[in-house]
Amino acid sequence: MKDPIIQLKGLTKQYGAVKAVDGLNLDIDKGEIFGLLGPNGAGKTTTILMMLGLTDPTSGTAFVCGHNATNSPIQVKKKVGYMPDSVGFYDNMTALENLVYIGRLNGISENELKKRSAEVLEIVGLAADQHKKTSAFSRGMKQRLGLADVLIKNPEVIILDEPTLGIDPTGVRDFLALIKQLSRQQGLTVLLSSHHLHHVQQVCDRVGIFVNGQLLAQGDIGALSAQLFGTDSHVTSIRVVQPVPQPWQLEPELQAWEAITRISILENELEFTSRCDITAALVRFLVEKGYDVIGVNQKNYGLDDIYQKYFESNSTKKTSYEKSIS
Amino acid sequence: MKSQSPDPGPFGVMVHKGIADHIRSWRFSILIALIILTFIAAIYVSLANIKSAIGNTKDPDHLFLYLKLLTTTDNSIPPFHVFLSFLAPLLGISLGFDAVNSEQNSGTLTRLMAQPIYRDNLLLAKFVSALVIVSGLFFALALLMIGGGLVLTGVRTEPQELLRILGFIVITIAYVAFWLSLSIMLSIMFKQAATSALTAIGIWLFFTIFYQIVINLIVKSFLPDPAYLTQAEIISYNDLILNLQRIAPNQLYSDAVTTLLMPSVRSLGPVTMEQMAGAIPAPLPFKESVMIVWPQVSGLMASTVGCFAFAYYFFMRREIRS
Repeated sequence: MKDPIIQLKGLTKQYGAVKAVDGLNLDIDKGEIFGLLGPNGAGKTTTILMMLGLTDPTSGTAFVCGHNATNSPIQVKKKVGYMPDSVGFYDNMTALENLVYIGRLNGISENELKKRSAEVLEIVGLAADQHKKTSAFSRGMKQRLGLADVLIKNPEVIILDEPTLGIDPTGVRDFLALIKQLSRQQGLTVLLSSHHLHHVQQVCDRVGIFVNGQLLAQGDIGALSAQLFGTDSHVTSIRVVQPVPQPWQLEPELQAWEAITRISILENELEFTSRCDITAALVRFLVEKGYDVIGVNQKNYGLDDIYQKYFESNSTKKTSYEKSIS
Repeated sequence: MKSQSPDPGPFGVMVHKGIADHIRSWRFSILIALIILTFIAAIYVSLANIKSAIGNTKDPDHLFLYLKLLTTTDNSIPPFHVFLSFLAPLLGISLGFDAVNSEQNSGTLTRLMAQPIYRDNLLLAKFVSALVIVSGLFFALALLMIGGGLVLTGVRTEPQELLRILGFIVITIAYVAFWLSLSIMLSIMFKQAATSALTAIGIWLFFTIFYQIVINLIVKSFLPDPAYLTQAEIISYNDLILNLQRIAPNQLYSDAVTTLLMPSVRSLGPVTMEQMAGAIPAPLPFKESVMIVWPQVSGLMASTVGCFAFAYYFFMRREIRS
């Protein structure tokens, strides 16, 4: 039986007339990577602050690692590593000094501290820069140092608030891979908040969609998309060299395939909506008919679409999720 | 390295870091330089005039060589303790005005608060680390002065003198502590370090320059012509003015310090002829001087604690986000 390590019950935070977080119920299991997804101002940070006892909930309780975060924040903070969205360091100190300071605050003994900080800096890949002042650090390096900061106390739970904000794409990929690896190797529970869909989708086991203080949906991405879009959730688009004539003589033949529900043609690009994954079969079919296939894209309904479905008015992003398999 | 040393705990760690930060900071170095320069100037002037001061047998305090060193002047510059009454606030303000808001602005406060430490420990660590440095500075200065005097003159230090000088140092530290806790409080109330610094300096200027003027103006507006008043009424008005002035911390400080450094001062208010009759102009014992300044000292302590309590109140329930 799974025992949730983070348990939020009816958590509510009111600022004046505005409810930043409204009756939030959420269980997160041990060893899981959970993504809290929502637009800016949805109440993600407020929720995280309440989990750490940094702000008091108006009503409801937050249990983290078996402790009530409001009444015994120290107990919670011993076991939870938190990386705030804009992590800051003492600019006049080196990376190592910053790290060692946090280690000391956590009561790590001096002998162990040396070993641990070297170890943690190695994990996040900052071992070479440890004697540099943090004022010279780039955003991505600061983010990694922030992670080192979180890891040095040997936490059970890591809470990352917008960890991918403002780092370049390679940095994001490395950072997320690192988080995933750590979670798997050391059995850490990770709570990740983001408004960035790609990132959450890459690493999270489960996702909660959080809008205006309410958790609208939660579950893994497959379940969420199935729930939203029914069964026709596979889209394959194929690009060929030759322009496809309208009407296309092969269309009736393809329409006869049981899986296909819709075909749309745009010059030399064909898009098939289907019930199951038929990409390979489609490519084989087209090649046999003498078409020169130059690109195949398999579209999964990503968080983007889920996101849009939930708060179309809020979202302005139109990037789609494409995974090239050619 | 010894691993047996006891774990300092988060509080000790924070104090340690605070002290290290202050020592390395430019602004502290500048203020220290300023204070040491005034100290040297004041001592230089008093050394030049010490002979006449000690020789002045009409002065009941003339035998306290070391107290004379601290207070004698030829009026070209004020004595050290008067200098301190306006330099000490600057020291306190400069050590505290950005204690909390700079951490908040640079994002380190959230990071710090996410560690298993109590919030009040953070405030206390800021306060204690600055105070440790200030105490170190003033004690070093006082001991240097005594030692230097000993080498230069060869005159033995009376135990009473030592106590009075230490008392002077303690009161000075309490005075700095007041300004320190005021500026820490302001650093919690205002998000910008510049705002809190300006507010603190504004309060300091108000008390050093304008407060007396304001009091005089107000009292003059309802004070009747002294020619028509009885002596008792004059005294009561005088008391009123004095008590109003004692709201200002620098007044408390200079009252307290003057009494300690000039043993013949026996009252801080007006003294009637009846009270003076039969009094021998002689220095008071240390204990009596302390009794006279006790209200001033407790007033300073009370305002320090008051500011600190407000700081605590503002900080404890504050939501911390960057």
